[in-house]
Amino acid sequence: MKFIKDIFDKNKPAFEKGGKFEKLMPLFETFETLFFVPDHVTPAKGAQIRDAIDLKRMMMTVIIAMIPSLVFGIWNVGYQHALATGQAMDFGQQIWLGTLVVLPIVIVSYASGLTVEFIFGIRKGHALNEGFLVSGMLIPLVVPPTIPLWQVAIATVFAVLIGKEVFGGTGMNIFNVALTARAFLYFAYPSQISGNVWTYLGDKNPVDGYTGSTILAIANEASVTKSGSVVEVLANSNTIISADFFSFTNMFLGFIPGSIGETSTLMVLIGAVILIATGVGSWKIITGVFAGAYLTALMFNMIGANGFMLMPAHYHLVIGGLAFGAVFMATDPVTATQTERGKWIYGILIGILTIVIRVFNPAYPEGIMLAILLMNAFAPLIDFYIVKANKQRRIQRATV
Amino acid sequence: MSHTLKLKKGFDINLSGKAEKKLAACDQPKTFALKPTDFVGIQRPKVMVAVGDTVKAGTPLLFCKMMEEVKYCAPVSGEIIEIKRGDKRKLLEIIILADKEIVSEPYKKFSAAEIQQAEKSELVNLMINSGVWPNIIQRPYGVVANPADTPKSIFVSTFDTSPLAADISFVLKGEEKFFQAGIDMLKKLTPGKVNIGVNADVSQDTFSRINNAEIHPVSGKHPAGNVGVQIHHIDPIAKGDLVWTVSAYGVAQIGKLFLEGKYDASKVIALAGSEVKNPQYYKTYTGACINKFVEQNVTGDEVRFVSGNVLTGEKIKSDGYLGFYHQQVTVIPEGTHSEFLGWILPTTKKLSFHRAFGLLSFMNGNKKEYVVDTNMMGEHRAFVQTGVFEKVTPMDILPTYLIKAILAEDFDEMESLGIYEMIEEDIALCEFVDVSKNNLQQLLREGLTLIKNS
Repeated sequence: MKFIKDIFDKNKPAFEKGGKFEKLMPLFETFETLFFVPDHVTPAKGAQIRDAIDLKRMMMTVIIAMIPSLVFGIWNVGYQHALATGQAMDFGQQIWLGTLVVLPIVIVSYASGLTVEFIFGIRKGHALNEGFLVSGMLIPLVVPPTIPLWQVAIATVFAVLIGKEVFGGTGMNIFNVALTARAFLYFAYPSQISGNVWTYLGDKNPVDGYTGSTILAIANEASVTKSGSVVEVLANSNTIISADFFSFTNMFLGFIPGSIGETSTLMVLIGAVILIATGVGSWKIITGVFAGAYLTALMFNMIGANGFMLMPAHYHLVIGGLAFGAVFMATDPVTATQTERGKWIYGILIGILTIVIRVFNPAYPEGIMLAILLMNAFAPLIDFYIVKANKQRRIQRATV
Repeated sequence: MSHTLKLKKGFDINLSGKAEKKLAACDQPKTFALKPTDFVGIQRPKVMVAVGDTVKAGTPLLFCKMMEEVKYCAPVSGEIIEIKRGDKRKLLEIIILADKEIVSEPYKKFSAAEIQQAEKSELVNLMINSGVWPNIIQRPYGVVANPADTPKSIFVSTFDTSPLAADISFVLKGEEKFFQAGIDMLKKLTPGKVNIGVNADVSQDTFSRINNAEIHPVSGKHPAGNVGVQIHHIDPIAKGDLVWTVSAYGVAQIGKLFLEGKYDASKVIALAGSEVKNPQYYKTYTGACINKFVEQNVTGDEVRFVSGNVLTGEKIKSDGYLGFYHQQVTVIPEGTHSEFLGWILPTTKKLSFHRAFGLLSFMNGNKKEYVVDTNMMGEHRAFVQTGVFEKVTPMDILPTYLIKAILAEDFDEMESLGIYEMIEEDIALCEFVDVSKNNLQQLLREGLTLIKNS
């Protein structure tokens, strides 16, 4: 590794104060620290030793937790393509096609987001914050495979700029960056993020009788037109491909159309296990979202005013982006509540709101996105009351 | 004896190089120093001696103009050889070349019974003039107490849970009589209780047999031994409250002043740390130059000498001086190295409270001892991760919010979030585990200074 170190050491003077590229020091620093943990030592007074953790490792843990979803998503893009167009493709071809579709989205997301981050880093004179490494991977996972690349770029730039940098950068933002990008796409370019966009068809035509709608859309449709119970309608959809295309097992495993990374609840749960075991994601938030959603859906089952309300509660947990949102979006420590008790409240409310939006608001079939963004806005309020209770206990103690 | 206070939160930093419980034979260092910088509260120190003066142990050397009655005294007898000043003539060290035989200023002696009967003012007067008073620390702020105040209670913690800490029972062996006399004296200073925190995990603790005080067994990981944590659970500090704290060593020193009529700054210290060849205990005096103990006794070239423990201590040179309140010298490797991909490679060797990807030290169990150097292990970042500080702070306090209030210089928030209950040592563990590498102790002190001067 000596030769890499030498390269950095040799070029460092050009970036230091007075050097030719002194303004680009943050850029240089970012790359240098990517290879080598800097030789900074603790100050003379205070803690003389520090924990081996740093933000890079923490963020990397989140990215590692996303890998199962990403890999599955890549394969599923190819697999869905094969099903929808009726072609015979082997596993390798499916992976290859998926890679060709997904990789450009990932690259565009990172390139556009990091460009904004670097510009701000250079302006403010600090090295790149690792936060975007996670956001840059989340964005491709929550968009349909057919998304135009220029839209990915615009949405990412918007999210980083308006969602994060105007608030002061990583750690200061109010709304989850990846969801801001998703919401931007949803409202700015609705036709590219709803309808039959969830399956990559390329220049091929789908087989007759194939519907590329998401389960949420089908469920909504069934509920509005009163054409039978949601489960029946789902069972009768895409029977041309397979009789149990929308069976619970298939939905849980993720062999269905949808956003790139969110279809497989199983892969998301593997990610959840990684996040919880490493302590990087809050188990309270994750459990809260699932519990809140399940109980609300159960309650709706009992009321049963329309077809969607009657859909079995456990279906809600495996369709749409609920699981993905609960595990990777709601747990963002910056935009979630920061107190431990607040995390329960925050998680449960996201779960409840998701189901409420899904069932009662046909205009927004995907409830989790709006539920999390809404609770992002309310997180400081929840914390405010938890902190207030803490202060209150202190005051009460004093008067005794 | 009240029931045991069991603390669940916290983290024991298990370092290698624990001091073996034996006293090493070693010559006394030639020089000793009094460092005004050890006392947080001293703002305008005034030196009372000049280079060339000869002093006895207990001769006043300086006082602070803000609290003139409290004198800071020489730990040993000898000649003043240097008064070291830094930038803007800031007083750094008063260095004494010690006599072979230490001679003490003679002060009035008391018997145990006489302490009970004597006038409080007479006793206090003796304490502030003889050099033992600075052992008494006032909370809030962690500054030397003002003799004119009356605290609502006094706290003494008799065990230290910080990394490689000296075993206080070992250090004060044979001093029980003085410790009891010190407690009797402290009892006279407060209308409330004198509370002693004892280690509930050790049976037959000598300190649990002390009279004239309330004994509180405490069990748990670090910082269970911190007096601030014990105060929080036993008699918390609210706005306007004054609580005094004294180290166990300080109590014995106060007792000795009355029973023997002298300021005895002799002290058993632990020399510990992964870089020490023979980690063990030494008997010396407050303010000792550490060179005699570390000479020929340290492995490795690049090491850091720390007066105090690795969480709250201060870096000193190999011929630097032991801090007034410190009972240990720790020697650890200096971390001036850049590690290739060190931020992601999996390792079981690096100690971490966290379990993020690749940090596998939790699999080693809590018996494993670690060598930790002074590397920051990362760069400073904005606050991102939440809920970690709370896991290592066994108090009903929200450290992140408190720190943010300090950063915002919001006085009301600092007060209501409990800044009065904390000093540096209480937030030190948060600083260690912090993902974003903030210097929290320094920040807390800035907040305390803001409030104190407001």
